Amino acid sequence: MMLLSVEGLSKTYPSGARQVPALKDVSLTLDRGRTLGLVGPSGSGKSTLARVLLQLVKPDAGSVVFRGTDLCALRGAELRAMRKHLQMVFQESLTAFNPRATVADAIGDPLRIHRIAGRRERPSHIAALLERVGLSPALALRSIHEISGGQRQRVAIARAIATGPDLIVLDEAVSALDVTVRSQILELLVSLQRDRGIAYLFISHDLAVVRAISHDIAVMDGGRIVEHGPSAEVTDNPKSDTGRALVAAVPRINYQAGGAR
Amino acid sequence: MKTVSRLIRSPEGLAGLILLALPIAAAIFANVLFPADPLSIAGPALVPPFSDPAFPLGTDRLGRDVLAGLVHGARASLAVGLAAALVALAIGSLVGTVAGLAGGLADEVLMRVVEAFQIVPGLLLALAFVSVLGASLPVVVLAIALGAWTGPARLARAEVLSIRERDYVASARVIGMHPAEIAFREVLPNALPPVLALSSVIVAGAVLIEAALSFLGLGDPNTVTWGAMIAEGRNVLRSAPYLSIIPGIGLVITVLGVYFFAEGLNNALAVRGIRS
Amino acid sequence: MSLPIAILHGLSVRYRAGGVAHAALSSVNLEILEGERLAIIGESGSGKSTLALALASLLPENAVQGGVISWPGLGREPVAGRDIGFIFQDASASLNPVLTIGEQIAEVVRRHKGLGWRAALAEAQELLAKLRIPRSEQVLRSFPHQFSGGQRQRIAIAAAIAAGPKLLIADEPTSALDTIVQAEIIRLLNQLVREAGTTLVFITHDIALASGFADRIAVFHQSRLVETGEARRLLTDPKENYTRRLIESSIDLTTPSMVAS
Repeated sequence: MMLLSVEGLSKTYPSGARQVPALKDVSLTLDRGRTLGLVGPSGSGKSTLARVLLQLVKPDAGSVVFRGTDLCALRGAELRAMRKHLQMVFQESLTAFNPRATVADAIGDPLRIHRIAGRRERPSHIAALLERVGLSPALALRSIHEISGGQRQRVAIARAIATGPDLIVLDEAVSALDVTVRSQILELLVSLQRDRGIAYLFISHDLAVVRAISHDIAVMDGGRIVEHGPSAEVTDNPKSDTGRALVAAVPRINYQAGGAR
Repeated sequence: MKTVSRLIRSPEGLAGLILLALPIAAAIFANVLFPADPLSIAGPALVPPFSDPAFPLGTDRLGRDVLAGLVHGARASLAVGLAAALVALAIGSLVGTVAGLAGGLADEVLMRVVEAFQIVPGLLLALAFVSVLGASLPVVVLAIALGAWTGPARLARAEVLSIRERDYVASARVIGMHPAEIAFREVLPNALPPVLALSSVIVAGAVLIEAALSFLGLGDPNTVTWGAMIAEGRNVLRSAPYLSIIPGIGLVITVLGVYFFAEGLNNALAVRGIRS
Repeated sequence: MSLPIAILHGLSVRYRAGGVAHAALSSVNLEILEGERLAIIGESGSGKSTLALALASLLPENAVQGGVISWPGLGREPVAGRDIGFIFQDASASLNPVLTIGEQIAEVVRRHKGLGWRAALAEAQELLAKLRIPRSEQVLRSFPHQFSGGQRQRIAIAAAIAAGPKLLIADEPTSALDTIVQAEIIRLLNQLVREAGTTLVFITHDIALASGFADRIAVFHQSRLVETGEARRLLTDPKENYTRRLIESSIDLTTPSMVAS
């Protein structure tokens, strides 16, 4: 069932005297409970697409139809109400939170804003969410900068699922994590998708990680989508130059190492 | 409170509190220590300091008690200094935040207003204001604030412009926070610390401008102020320099105290470093 | 490739912060062989960056160093710039924003090779060409901010090798770059050190990336050296559990998909 349908998105940024096109006529779809991986080199427009999807910036042209409504046409309170169903996890967990916030603040805010839990029920909701993402409820009182990077990213995920969204955009969400922590976070995301039917738009420049977690992959370059298909197909048999370059650039454990190259 | 304990433990905070203790105590207990009107004649004229136990710091040309004047004068200087700084910080932060968040035409217009006020030196602006509206404490406070609010406005705006682009503001929007709440909970508290750091300079400046206004005879004539005392001493500077020096020392201690205290406060308020 | 250029004897580094000492490296015994490509692998907190800084005598003031680093390959204490070249993760850290590229690279050449300005600039231009930076003459007159992250890193490499150092230390030089640019830079770096016979110490968290060119690998975990060995042996037959975990957490295109399709 189609959850998200993006049609003809374009966005240009003025840079000095020139106009830099960040998105050129981008279209894609995403079904409920599925993961679409978005890959591309830096500057390809992936992050701009994420920001436009989340209506952090309005596009110059095009539509973002989510749950049957064009988000680009929404404003103010209507748009804020829709945000309950659409969330985001950022790359740098440290800068994604108010430096003065505690873990409880970070997770409690969406619960409060969308009136999901009143003041009295909130602590138990927060505890339940912390447990779901693999953290001890005792962490609720800690400051955001007191916990580790992996823990912070779990808090970010707890915050994102707090309102029961249908879609979460993950913008390089595991790129800054240690590899051992990364595997755990990816497993958490997959398990959340299984339990709650959340769809993910997983953005990364790392094709291997994208392939491991996505059902389908879209390759971006220069603001356009240059290739699109099921994950295995795109990586086994890339048809675009960018796709081929990305496949070739994936570091793989080379057991013949040393002196050979 | 963590902040208070950190403040006391820092050398600047402690130095500031010690230095300010004197003028603050003086301001609070002025009426208890010297219940008589300090402008009234208390004894013979031009008694030198440390000579007569009844007048520890001597008397001025009209026989008014210098110590009484010093203690009461602390009240005016501190009150005006703090009030003016508070008004300047409040107006400046508000204008700066609105300009930074609104952007576009509102930002342009507000910045031109800021520049208009910045062009005129603070003292002249205050002089002009007081000359037109008359010299009373509230007018003096407003006059000083008029010149001082532009610094905080610029700084607040710069901070807000930077904070606006940060991920946590985007994150707040993504979870559906109302723009007003974003402004007051996410942006302002993080924009304030550098603006507060400016407060020391403003309070110090305010105290000095008030002294200058009183010196020029444009202060409130019914209250004792250090500036007026310094002006009074001008006439007998050669023979009785203590009349100007003593209130001058009062000014120095107050301004230094404010400076150190604000440094300490800024350090105490800064969010602790991150775990790497 | 048999004599060590540097030997670490029980190297330990502690950072002092607010009365608490935090151990970054503990009793590290390691040999760095002349002409080899040694990869230092570790996650955050492993001490790998501290090791790089200690080798280059770049430790901050609050660091307390124990143990000894001897330099049998040099016969004396190394001179920064001439004997050791350093590449930082963030190219902006090595490039002065207010000087032109030409000035910065030529300065290294002048100082350590004793050439005059014109000769130094000519060498700088040659270096840029070697690093496949196009329009080298124009680049000499440009400033760092005019270039992309990948280009800045190439320029930083040029500056690091300008004086022909015997040891090149690269501290996560590609971690901030996308995979395509990363692959190009690794290829280039590999070629440069092999041509010049330079010893390369490459710090990274990505064991797969290192496997593409390293002769030997040293694994660090929480300030300790866990395992060292010839790259091929270590990857096919890791002796320590932690090394095994690192290898298992590595995700490449052969990793099975985590989502049922």
